[in-house]
Amino acid sequence: MYKILKQIARVGIVSEPAPQADERLRLVEQQLAEAVLRHFRRSLAIRHVDAGSCNGCELEIHAANGPHYNLERLGIRFVASPRHADLLLVTGPVSRHMETALKRTYEATPEPKLVVAVGDCGCDGGVFGESYASCGRVANVIPVDVAVPGCPPTPIAIMQGILTAVSAARS
Amino acid sequence: MAPALPGIALVPVAGAVPAWRAEVDARQWRGGCEAAARSGGRLAALWASDERDRGCGLRVRALLALYEGLACLELRAAEPMQSYPDLSDLYACAGRMQRAARDLVGVVPEGAADARKWLRHGAWRQDAFPLRKDFQAEIAEEPDRYAFVRVEGEGVHEIPVGPVHAGTIEPGHFRFSIVGEKVLRLEERLGYKHKGIEKRFEQMTLADGARLAGRVSGDSTVAYAWAYAMALEGLTGTRPSARALYLRALLLERERIANHLGDLGYLGNDCSLAFGFAQFWRLKEMLLRANARLCGHRYLMDQVVPGGVACDLDRAAAKALTEEALQLKEELRNLRSIYYNHAGLQDRCITTGRLLPAVAARLGVVGLAARASGHAFDARAHPGFAPYDELRPNIASHRNGDVAARIVVRFEEALESLRLQRAILERLPAGELRVPLGAASEGAFGLGWVEGWRGEVLVALEAGAGGRVRRCHAHDPSWQNWPALEHAIMDNIVPDFPLINKSFNLSYSGQDL
Ligand code: SF4
Repeated sequence: MYKILKQIARVGIVSEPAPQADERLRLVEQQLAEAVLRHFRRSLAIRHVDAGSCNGCELEIHAANGPHYNLERLGIRFVASPRHADLLLVTGPVSRHMETALKRTYEATPEPKLVVAVGDCGCDGGVFGESYASCGRVANVIPVDVAVPGCPPTPIAIMQGILTAVSAARS
Repeated sequence: MAPALPGIALVPVAGAVPAWRAEVDARQWRGGCEAAARSGGRLAALWASDERDRGCGLRVRALLALYEGLACLELRAAEPMQSYPDLSDLYACAGRMQRAARDLVGVVPEGAADARKWLRHGAWRQDAFPLRKDFQAEIAEEPDRYAFVRVEGEGVHEIPVGPVHAGTIEPGHFRFSIVGEKVLRLEERLGYKHKGIEKRFEQMTLADGARLAGRVSGDSTVAYAWAYAMALEGLTGTRPSARALYLRALLLERERIANHLGDLGYLGNDCSLAFGFAQFWRLKEMLLRANARLCGHRYLMDQVVPGGVACDLDRAAAKALTEEALQLKEELRNLRSIYYNHAGLQDRCITTGRLLPAVAARLGVVGLAARASGHAFDARAHPGFAPYDELRPNIASHRNGDVAARIVVRFEEALESLRLQRAILERLPAGELRVPLGAASEGAFGLGWVEGWRGEVLVALEAGAGGRVRRCHAHDPSWQNWPALEHAIMDNIVPDFPLINKSFNLSYSGQDL
């Protein structure tokens, strides 16, 4: 126990200031991030759905939950069920084998049903494209509010995408 | 020296991997595989290709890992059923690979016990085969039916989980048959992420294929990119410089460290030690940022390229990496002592999710999971494999096969990778970063074999006309290791599943292709 406390005291807090909403990432008209976190009563619930990624984008979502970016301190939580979620974070091109599962997850999500597509694959199918097995970009399967490019996008880019979607939802 | 398989004339495959190949008939196919199994060989991969356009019918290939290196047996499937002798009685891991080859190419393992589909769900019809050259993509809305194995008995019930899981995890379906809290059986169903990677390769040039190879399983991008480059360099007769090989090893070891750090964090978290998550992910983030400074990509994607590498290291960067490594070593040792002395964590991990050495051997388990179950093989230690022949990695292993053993192996490997990194930085030879590729003649064949952080990654590549990919099969170690998870969970309690699963941390994308 002593060692654990010593390590905690030595390392301290490494979380960094949160990024601001990025206007460029917006597919829909919007407004500011902070006000909208208030709109969600300071608590935004996210459900992540991997619709067929290479698992690279997941690495950065994990990192966004790590101590440097610390999404939770912004009131953003990852939840286990789409029924509890305000926002879906979708990675990958949508494989045809995940198409139904993604649609069902979307249907199960209550309003406002925000959707952020993460990564080049989510934006346009990426290196996998469209094929007998891939539906390509997320917007081919469910409506998308914000698409975040990058392969994979950095945690900051993902956070900006989330904030942008949330800002848009308010207006 | 070529391996000896009865009645089979093996010819060498050009390239960095010690490998041979031979065309065989059905009798030699069985005989060769039996002889290999008897002498302790493993089935490294099995796949099929459509070669009717060149008069070779549908071909099945079995890649055997033997003492001397790799041996690729090539068999033409027999008309009219496109059948070939089943190997699943010799190598348990053949089962799923054979089912996948049937779904994709339509070759039938004669006498195989399990004839269910594997990668195919509802996206294409049972009588259509995506990897045949004449495949017409049409969107089949076939209802997806799959016969799970039912466990009967008093008080047995089923818990179906997935494909969408509760956390940030890749999709797959798990069906638990349980009594009370105890798991009697777990059955996995994968293939949800199948996105047609092998077909996609065939629309690309050999050079462009490298980018796709680096995205078969993103967490192992360096291993895949290297294996692909190795295969392509082999078939074009290209020799990357010693400097490029050393830099590749540097990238591969950094990928190993990053993944082990992330897993060690999550393993602590799954034992309710959130402290562990915060500490390890802090270290991982440091490493990723250093990667970004080094070459502009946090996960090192597209840095290993055919012919060499896309990044270099100057004196200042090398110094920064050395300092980082010293700090990481210190921190890792400190956290290791905390993990090893934490009663709660040890209590959760010791004896949990055991994969016994005998079972691991029977299943043909590879990589980290094999090493934690007493089988200390590692492609890096293969004789003559530059630059590791000079770096001489120490192979970590453990005999217990439980979650705790897989934690120990991760700690040991991360520390060893730091040592290797230092050795690489000290000896980094001079040389060109990237040499031009030789010409690829149509039909030329190459193999790549790299020990990624999870296990061995294999790439078999065949050139087509005009510098295009004719066929590329990328093989993830998860093919061998997913069935091991089904065994490791038996008789454990359901709440320990996330912990056991994480201790293997297998790739869905890599096996779904
Ligand atoms: S965008 Fe890149 S990292 Fe993300 S899933 Fe696609 S290939 Fe992988």
